[in-house]
Amino acid sequence: MSDTLQPVSISPRPGLAKASRPPLAADVARKAIRAAEVALLDERRMLTADELAELAHVPDSAVPSLAALAHEVRLSWCGPEVEVEGILSAKTGGCPEDCHFCSQSAAFDTPVKATPFLDTEEVLAAARETAELGASEFCIVLAVRGPDERTMGRILELVPLVKAETGLNVAVSAGILTADQAQRLGEGGVHRYNHNLETAASFFPRVVTTHDYAERLETCELVRANGMELCCGALLGMGESVDQRLELIEQLRSVEPAEVPLNFLNPRPGTPLGEAPIVEALEAIRWIAMFRLGLPSVILRYAGGREITLRELQIMGMTSGINALIVGNYLTTLGRTPDEDLQMLDDLKMPIGVLGKVI
Amino acid sequence: MAVSGEAGTGPGADAHCTSCGRPAADCAGCARTLDPPHYCATCGTRLAVRVSPGGWVGRCKHHGEVARS
Ligand code: SF4
Ligand SMILES: [Zn+2]
Ligand SMILES: [Zn+2]
Repeated sequence: MSDTLQPVSISPRPGLAKASRPPLAADVARKAIRAAEVALLDERRMLTADELAELAHVPDSAVPSLAALAHEVRLSWCGPEVEVEGILSAKTGGCPEDCHFCSQSAAFDTPVKATPFLDTEEVLAAARETAELGASEFCIVLAVRGPDERTMGRILELVPLVKAETGLNVAVSAGILTADQAQRLGEGGVHRYNHNLETAASFFPRVVTTHDYAERLETCELVRANGMELCCGALLGMGESVDQRLELIEQLRSVEPAEVPLNFLNPRPGTPLGEAPIVEALEAIRWIAMFRLGLPSVILRYAGGREITLRELQIMGMTSGINALIVGNYLTTLGRTPDEDLQMLDDLKMPIGVLGKVI
Repeated sequence: MAVSGEAGTGPGADAHCTSCGRPAADCAGCARTLDPPHYCATCGTRLAVRVSPGGWVGRCKHHGEVARS
């Protein structure tokens, strides 16, 4: 590339999702927030899609008010507890799928080296680490399209071992399931199964081509049908529009998750989204609040990308609707130190607890 | 980020960037915060990295465990 001719961004604010309408005037925004408060706190009803769309367009100056309402809603619908979870990539990289945000896909040349399923002792050591951090949930994550028979065997061996040794609830994330696999995992003691929708159905083909949205929805249904709690997350910042984020909230409502982990894109070198701009901090707060207002009773978990996206607004997210977090490191990237997060919860006087579905 | 282990001593210890694997002379340092090292500082080979909630370990197939936190 030439030294003199560098590409320049034509967007005045890179990282902002494209909106199909202008921001609301300040007085209209105030009224919309008040109406949402009455609906969610007094009438105790879910907001309609139109009401949510209105709130998504409040001006930046109204985002703290939106966040304050989301915090009230979280306290009213879920209580004061914050659920803490640790996650472990038990089988890393080499995944045949092509999710464009993922450094573990074999389709992209990334620095992440594929490694086989960890030994039982390595998984137990990570679970013990997680328990020592005050967590109640431990998620075993595998970079696979779906579990093969050998993987099923390992999962079914590990789940009761982790539970017996640490007392933690055990969650699993192992991709697309068959009905038989979902049944065996449910019977095998898996407390929660993670299977993200990631983004809106209308945007999904732009970021994944090796499987479709319907397959994801089917697995989500199987999880709930087999007695496991559904953990179904979102990843914001891949280029989806405001309308598509709203569409995703509606789709998440339809699968009735117990938990929604909210990720923000952390652009990974070597992936097609490796150079994507990160979501702005205030924009992230707006969408944390929006997810809480759209999904008032879910466990809304701080997940990957929050460190680089929120920076100094990390604490504000906790008072914008979040009521759970992943503590310590992620699958292939590192997080804040557990001490920082635990201190943050202590400073906010937010008790650590176990959360269940309240609907 | 402190990188410890045997690769931190001896000749060639910093011959390669631990984030991109290129010879150190070709990379002024491209490390991102909150990423563990992915390449051996001595030989530039991609590391097998195990990340857990409380730490991480990087292993080189030639030099064994080269980094840990
Ligand atoms: S299925 Fe999971 S591990 Fe595989 S590429 Fe997609 S996000 Fe990555
Ligand atoms: Zn480099
Ligand atoms: Zn080496």
